[in-house]
Amino acid sequence: MNSKKSVLAMSACMLAGSAVLGSAPSLANEELSKLSKDPSQWVMPLGNYSSQRYSELTQINTKTAKSLHPVWTFSTGVLRGHEGGPLVIGDMMYVSTPFPNTVFALSLKDAGKIAWKYEPKQDANVIPVMCCDTVNRGVSYTPDNGGMIFLHQADTSLVALDAKTGKVVWNIKDGDPGKGETGTSAPLVVKDKVLIGISGGEFGMRGRLTAYNIKDGSKAWIAYSEGTDSELKFDPQKTTVMGQPVGADSSLKTWKGDQYKNGGGATWGWISYDPSLNMIYYGSGNPGTWNPTQRPGDNKWSMTVFARDADTGEAKWVYQMTPHDQWDYDGINEMILADVPVHGKSTKALVHFDRNGFAYVLDRVNGKLLEAEKYDPAVNWASKIDMASGRPVLVDQFGPGAQGADHNTKNVCPAALGSKDEQPASYSPKNHMFFVPTNHVCMDYEPFKVSYTAGQPYVGATLSMYPPQGQNNLGNFIAYDVNQGKIAWSDPETFSVWSGALATAGDVVAYGTLDGNLKVVDQKTGKLLYKFKTPSGIIGNINTYTYGGKQYLAVLSGVGGWAGIGMAAGLSEDNAGLGAVGAYKQLSNYTQLGGVLTVFGLSN
Amino acid sequence: MSRTILKIACASLIASAAIAAHHAAGATDAAPASPQKKPYTVKDGKVDINTYHGYLYYGDQCMRCHGPDGAGSSYAPNLTESLKVMTKEQVENTIINGRKHVDSSNEKVMPAFGTNEDVVENMDNIYNYLLARSDGALGRGHPEHLDP
Ligand code: HEC
Repeated sequence: MNSKKSVLAMSACMLAGSAVLGSAPSLANEELSKLSKDPSQWVMPLGNYSSQRYSELTQINTKTAKSLHPVWTFSTGVLRGHEGGPLVIGDMMYVSTPFPNTVFALSLKDAGKIAWKYEPKQDANVIPVMCCDTVNRGVSYTPDNGGMIFLHQADTSLVALDAKTGKVVWNIKDGDPGKGETGTSAPLVVKDKVLIGISGGEFGMRGRLTAYNIKDGSKAWIAYSEGTDSELKFDPQKTTVMGQPVGADSSLKTWKGDQYKNGGGATWGWISYDPSLNMIYYGSGNPGTWNPTQRPGDNKWSMTVFARDADTGEAKWVYQMTPHDQWDYDGINEMILADVPVHGKSTKALVHFDRNGFAYVLDRVNGKLLEAEKYDPAVNWASKIDMASGRPVLVDQFGPGAQGADHNTKNVCPAALGSKDEQPASYSPKNHMFFVPTNHVCMDYEPFKVSYTAGQPYVGATLSMYPPQGQNNLGNFIAYDVNQGKIAWSDPETFSVWSGALATAGDVVAYGTLDGNLKVVDQKTGKLLYKFKTPSGIIGNINTYTYGGKQYLAVLSGVGGWAGIGMAAGLSEDNAGLGAVGAYKQLSNYTQLGGVLTVFGLSN
Repeated sequence: MSRTILKIACASLIASAAIAAHHAAGATDAAPASPQKKPYTVKDGKVDINTYHGYLYYGDQCMRCHGPDGAGSSYAPNLTESLKVMTKEQVENTIINGRKHVDSSNEKVMPAFGTNEDVVENMDNIYNYLLARSDGALGRGHPEHLDP
């Protein structure tokens, strides 16, 4: 381990570095920020740096939504699960696919004519080390160099493409699929850097976020989820948790021996950015293995919200939601940055609907916990979050670790899929409401001992899933009010809602369903205004833009991902008498594979 | 590919029919054993401890692709159907060596588990569990186990 002196010297260098960068903000960053405020385009995976998935456009509204209809469609030619969604910059739309990770530039002038196509050559051996299907959550854009598109490939390559031609500008490799490290997440461009996370939490890898220089793809900084303070980019005094300094060795102290080296904490979700604070926010995933008795301790900083300096990567504050995970409740869901009233007080908030079923509201300046309430009443693994310590108050009956290995813990809610997974929620600054696609699934969970082999799964648990007792809907689409910490309304769905939502100033919110419907509902009531059955189940995120003065909605359908794996064959037996309802419904009876982009418009 | 599997399956069906009809001694390596010789025990929905371990390691290693209870997913085949036509040797070969199906419209890879201790040590157990599921002897969900 590093001596204290070298750590100090290092952080001094970083401070000097950030001072220089801070004084010369990149032009590209300002340009991108500006573009993200133009509602006619969709320039970032989650719409804007705050990850709000909100649009100021109003042509599609509560009155007009009923006249929506598909105006053009496009088949990606790939069968696997299509998460993520398209970007729209100027008169071009950019779409990426699951493995082989083809990128299409589609011309809006010609209803989706292919302007260029980039198909990387990747070793197919990466496919089986992807946890759950071969998803990709979208590309990112920077105006640098006349426009570039960043693709994060399954094999962890990060490729910069010329946005006009699709020609490769540079290509680097971030991780090692031989050790189970893969790429599924969308990059985020911040100033002169592009940030990417890494997947592989089921393979005993060690999570990290890495910043690359846009100029040439060289590495700017790397920050681990577990390890020494310097690997974490923590300053024991200045980095805080719940408003207090984290202290030295905050991660190492919470692992047995060097287990942290296979500790998981993958960073496969979304990244947000607050330009005025110059901070980025993201979460880390489950600790490895899924067998909690095999890894005593809090396993920091898995399952954690990280707030870091955007230039240097140094951690400002952290908050661990699920210490010593026993359920696979990854903390990677999107961090929505919103200036929103919380208990009546206007707050610079970070709002996060975690897999563990709690909606966390933190002060995004200092990381203090302001609110944590269940956003699905079925949640039972913890009775509440203790606001003083920030720790969940566990219910031992539903703790596979408390029950011990080789014991089947029953009726734990939510299931490992979480009350919500990566599918991003939406926030309307107009009415301060959050619109959240959720899962409504419980599980039996039995952990057992496993051994680590590089490139092999490091799971150590088996689970079976079903809807909460006495219910048969596996999902809900909800409106959530953080001011009161309450669900405002809840629309039951047959299957988990696994699609990213979109709220607009037209007072509507759109989402997709696993059985393939695009739905548009009223923000106030959840009342259905329009639906259309797309060719396959929707696990993609909806976006909106205008072209030629008209507003459109765009969404990828193409069932798959964890959702497709869990539900294709239904969750349980179609027992006599129970009939074809709820969990007994097989998703495969509703929809088949196949990636298609559908663009919706209004009648004149 | 599927055609050869079918052929083998037909051959073994014919073979087992032959055993049943004539008690032919030479065909003992044919796949479907007689009912009393099932490698698993299921009593009142409870399974023997080895089959139970098969369930656990299936969940650990195979479920992320083949879906819950071997029932298949949007990514990989329904193994309760596959085991109706595959011999134990074919299943084991697939597990040990994996299989690739990658072309312009397929990106399917079944990984090779030959170096995965947990799978290799439990291969019989996993097979027995899947066979019990495939035979319809065992339903879906987490089974209980009989006292070891
Ligand atoms: C990474 C995903 C993945 C994992 C993990 C996986 N499989 Fe597979 N498996 C597949 C795919 C995909 C196929 C089909 C390949 C093809 O189309 O040729 C397959 C095929 C098979 C087949 C042949 C089925 C048939 O009808 O031909 C068997 C048997 C099988 N798998 C058993 C297992 C077992 C047992 C495990 C766990 C030890 C397992 N698989 C783990 C993806 C996976």
